[in-house]
Amino acid sequence: MSLPCPEEIKTQIEAGVPGAAVSVIANGSPSAQHSLLLDHAHARAVAEFLRDHAEWRLDYCSLMTGVDWLDAETSEKVKVKKVVKAADGSESEQEVEEVRKTKKPGYLEAVYHLFSMEKKHGPVVLRMRTRDRGDGARLPSLTPVWRSAEFQEREAFDLYGIVFEGHPDLRRILMWDGFVDFPMRKDYVPPVDEVPVVAPQRPGAPGTSSEARR
Amino acid sequence: MRDAVADLAVFEPEEGEIMEVSMGPHHPSTHGVFRMDVKLEGERVVRLKPVFGYLHRNHEKIAEHGAYLSAIPYTDRLDYLCSMTNNWGYVLAVEKLAGIAVPERAEYIRVIVAELTRFQNHAGLVGFLLQDMGASGTPLMYAFREREKVLDLFESLSGARMMCNYMRFGGVRVDCSAAWLAEVRTLVGRLPQFVDEFENLLRVNEILMARTQGVGVLPRALAINAGVTGPMLRASGVNYDIRKVDHYGIYDRFHFRVPMGEHGDVYDRYMMRLLEMRETVKILEQALRDIPAGPVMDPKVRLRGLRPKAGEAYGRIESPKGELGFFLISDGTGNPYRYRVRPPSMINLTILEDMCLGENIADAVIILGSVDIVLGEVDR
Repeated sequence: MSLPCPEEIKTQIEAGVPGAAVSVIANGSPSAQHSLLLDHAHARAVAEFLRDHAEWRLDYCSLMTGVDWLDAETSEKVKVKKVVKAADGSESEQEVEEVRKTKKPGYLEAVYHLFSMEKKHGPVVLRMRTRDRGDGARLPSLTPVWRSAEFQEREAFDLYGIVFEGHPDLRRILMWDGFVDFPMRKDYVPPVDEVPVVAPQRPGAPGTSSEARR
Repeated sequence: MRDAVADLAVFEPEEGEIMEVSMGPHHPSTHGVFRMDVKLEGERVVRLKPVFGYLHRNHEKIAEHGAYLSAIPYTDRLDYLCSMTNNWGYVLAVEKLAGIAVPERAEYIRVIVAELTRFQNHAGLVGFLLQDMGASGTPLMYAFREREKVLDLFESLSGARMMCNYMRFGGVRVDCSAAWLAEVRTLVGRLPQFVDEFENLLRVNEILMARTQGVGVLPRALAINAGVTGPMLRASGVNYDIRKVDHYGIYDRFHFRVPMGEHGDVYDRYMMRLLEMRETVKILEQALRDIPAGPVMDPKVRLRGLRPKAGEAYGRIESPKGELGFFLISDGTGNPYRYRVRPPSMINLTILEDMCLGENIADAVIILGSVDIVLGEVDR
């Protein structure tokens, strides 16, 4: 049997895991792989529910990855009525255009692609979003549910700085231990290490003052 | 005499006699710059942590900075033994993301080059594995003799032996000639004999069986949970081949079987490669028989300046090493917002420790050899 539509999966999750808040995130591309956004508190329970579901049996987590979404600032022009004082002191109400800026705080996202080896279907895409891109970049680890996320969550920690709570062995994996930044983030600035190489000058070498000109 | 052997068998090292060994990053058995932090009790492995990243160049970031087209040559350098399948995985994901169709002839050419890639990868892997076991030289040279012929074909088709950069979203870069197809037919006609030879070389060799049977066992349930894919998964008895599951490309048109193991040990993984080589030959024969004439590129595709609609797609193929997937997020601009490779080599290493625990240190070498990793893909 094939998988039901994401809305149906969402309904079943909410029935099967009490308290879980799931929302469907539509995907505009022709692939139509829509995803389910999970809340942190129930993510682990939802993952276990999906893995052990008798009909779906999503026993295989193929891909786990991080995504960085920067703070987004949207500005829109709004017409506002304002009382304007003219030069002669009289007051009148006029429509004035104002630019309003709304800031949408950025977040880091963890994406899991689930398949079923038993039922041979998929993918079901799960997402989790962190509170912000700073201290709140924490998510529950799904490695206890699918071991295949072990190295991939380590990689998301290494390159994106998402802290996975409950991960058995959360260390850097591709970068070295002393490295400080998170290179896959969109605002990462690579260090400038192209220091101009200046050849040590030896006395008598061409171009030096001590060169004996004859 | 008898007593002495019995004494040896019950010999237990004293407590606290744990030795730490750092195997690598330049150990000849690690097939590249890969390190295993091993703790040994006598010769038995009690802890093993893989350490990698020595070849890390942040491939994903590079691809996110370039256009969709410009990532293709970079994918060649992931698993540098199998550039054709890497190309395919990536272009498949782009095709899913942008909704691009592929002409019939291009699909056949893709199958032909991908199966040739699978063949030479498996031949090489078996050669290296036997080399790791101490069969110095001979099996590897046998394997490389056939691999050489495949690479010659790749060179005459794409201009490069290993970094082929051949596929494009919407088809393949250049059409193959009738002469090239004739050469492939000649080669494919010889391959069954090569597999026979290669198999007879050591398949029932007593030393090989003693060293590989029952060694590095990967249980079925763990293999599934740990996301192990490819021949390694099937050696543990799981029937999961993406060519059969997804029918990507035109794989639903070919008749071939999916070989499966029973024990999940090194011997099964070794046999899996030999059996898959035979199935690959079957697919090649059918594809060469049925390949139609026609264009090899969809003329409407904008290779340069492709701007897919905002959205995301995950495309995956059965690469020789396992499930190779590419996850792309488009924000409507000319370069991917997120570009992610699902590297089968790296994820298959997750359970390296589980397979090696309790085995001898010498067996850790062949267990790693049977996983089939390429560090270009592990580290990206």
